[in-house]
Amino acid sequence: MRGRSGGPGARLIRAGHTSLAAIAPAMGWLLVWTAVGCAAPDTAGDREAREGLRIVAVTHGQPADPFWSVVSNGLRAAGRDLGVRVEYQAPSTFDMVEMSDLIDAAAASRPAGLVVSIPDPDALGGAIGRAVEAGIPVISINSGSEASRALGALAHVGQTEYEAGYGAGERMAEGGVRRAICVNQEVGNLGLDLRCSGFGDALRAAGAQVRILAVELADPEGTRQRVGAALRSDPDVDGILALATIAAEPMLQAVEEAGRGGTVTAATFDLSPEVLAAVRDGRMAFAIDQQQYLQGYLPVVLLTQYRETGTMPGGGEVVRTGPGFVTAETAESVMAWTREGVR
Amino acid sequence: MTLLRRPELAAAAGAILIWIVFAALAGSGFVSGAGTAAWLNASAPLGILAVAVALLMIGGEFDLSVGSMIGAAGMCLLLLTSHAGWAFWPAVAVTVVFSLAVGIGNGLLVVRTGLPSFIVTLATLFVLRGLTIGVSRLLTGRTQLGGIREAPGAESAAVLFASTPVGSIRAVVLWWLACAAVGIWVLRRTVFGNWILATGGDADAARNAGVPVARVRVSLFALTALAACLVAVIQAVQFGGADALRGQMFEFRAIIAVVIGGTLLTGGYGSVLGAVFGAVIFGMVQQGLVITGVDADWFQVFLGVMLLTAVLFNHAVRTRVTGAA
Repeated sequence: MRGRSGGPGARLIRAGHTSLAAIAPAMGWLLVWTAVGCAAPDTAGDREAREGLRIVAVTHGQPADPFWSVVSNGLRAAGRDLGVRVEYQAPSTFDMVEMSDLIDAAAASRPAGLVVSIPDPDALGGAIGRAVEAGIPVISINSGSEASRALGALAHVGQTEYEAGYGAGERMAEGGVRRAICVNQEVGNLGLDLRCSGFGDALRAAGAQVRILAVELADPEGTRQRVGAALRSDPDVDGILALATIAAEPMLQAVEEAGRGGTVTAATFDLSPEVLAAVRDGRMAFAIDQQQYLQGYLPVVLLTQYRETGTMPGGGEVVRTGPGFVTAETAESVMAWTREGVR
Repeated sequence: MTLLRRPELAAAAGAILIWIVFAALAGSGFVSGAGTAAWLNASAPLGILAVAVALLMIGGEFDLSVGSMIGAAGMCLLLLTSHAGWAFWPAVAVTVVFSLAVGIGNGLLVVRTGLPSFIVTLATLFVLRGLTIGVSRLLTGRTQLGGIREAPGAESAAVLFASTPVGSIRAVVLWWLACAAVGIWVLRRTVFGNWILATGGDADAARNAGVPVARVRVSLFALTALAACLVAVIQAVQFGGADALRGQMFEFRAIIAVVIGGTLLTGGYGSVLGAVFGAVIFGMVQQGLVITGVDADWFQVFLGVMLLTAVLFNHAVRTRVTGAA
């Protein structure tokens, strides 16, 4: 790139340029038309009178993220079932500035309803507020339950972290766990801290003891070592919870290496093929599922009903999609649903 | 024929064409005040960067670290204000100095080692991003910081960086226009502009003609870092905080905008105005697709095809013009 000599175009090949110049703009036109064709939902067969309804979802889930693919499938399925047009938008990287721009663009297109996730209320509050001000009904999903109402959203559909942790704690207490560890791979992340404190409160209410073990998100080997050390130093531990699938596998390995597979009840947040197999095989007691399919499906139902009947459940309360629990009995069927992209 | 010689021709024509396409497809949503503001506001941060990156690329260099620089400068500002409790303007001053240091560091590394700037700044891209994440997690345990609006002096900053002077169009658009005007003036009317063209065209010849090639290069790297810093400060005020991951992929988007604008990757030829149109195209496509209702899955396809189309068009026009001359 540096130190290259010669004027502009001196190195360019001279062939076929006239036709290229003519073709280039045409290519642009063609592409826009085909993509619009691709994006138009298949509502031709719908006899419903809802064709005018258009709902836009803007989330922070990147297009190829498996978790968000399930949300997107839920959105589209609801659109098909109800005969409304649903569009899904997300920034190409985790960039809240770009996401805010997308919300502005979505609002400018005057949809019948807007579905947003709120991973950063500071950054997205402005754009969401502008949409609400423009009279567009907004429902938030997934993250942002605490900010949703203040920003003017009509409802929040998601899993509340404290309650999900509490549910896990109750389940372990029912199973007879007396001394548990909460494995936190990101201490300081508010959502994860809430999961641990809910878990702890439920177990303590049942008279059990809980401690938090901090591990590194990016270091599965270190996670294995630390969990192993914690188990060896305390032979009475009989319950252990991971907060993400990335920590679940090393945690399980540590439990089995310590020879405690039979006595320690292990569980994790979220699903992955490995986690589901472990639950099916009885190596793990349960996995907590936030059932994000409903975070896509329900907002479309709610917004459609809001448009047609003015109804909205709970007056701004959180509509909880989780915690759902996957156990040895249900693991096999959940695996089948995972392949269909709905779990 | 002189019009055809202008490097920004394809980008300007493309911008108009794309505006017409979206106006026809999306209708009132796109041409309305809110729609226009939506794409102008989205184009502006990239536009500010693209002005500086265009000058740098005309000078024959790349800077892949500008995206990371946005994240780093934003985090630097927030660590000083909301974490360490500084007032806004002193913190901005330190952030500017920090950015200039990174830019000059990039420049000196390139000039002293003679290594391609593509590689040197690729390294800076990772080092800066990693440092930003590492340092902010070390000091605060988080990678997202908010609360800049409580810092002393933030009210004046809000007027300057985050107000909406014309309808829903934000201050960032005016900053972009100002940067573009200065950039165009520098390249067309000043000695420094001639030096940039000479350095990018043929560095040896430029050196023989008495152009301070090394100084030009280092200044250009400082300029791109400064532009990234400006974008970071504006976004921090506008969105109330910073995020260590902010600005990802901006290095490539800036290059795309500049290339669509008719600047040669080899340096020595190009246009700041073209880069402005490149950023306009970028913003119009990103926002226009949403307004039209095309799913986000397709955005990157458009981006790639647009880049290719623009390059083919530029190529064809240039070849024809130089062939006829």
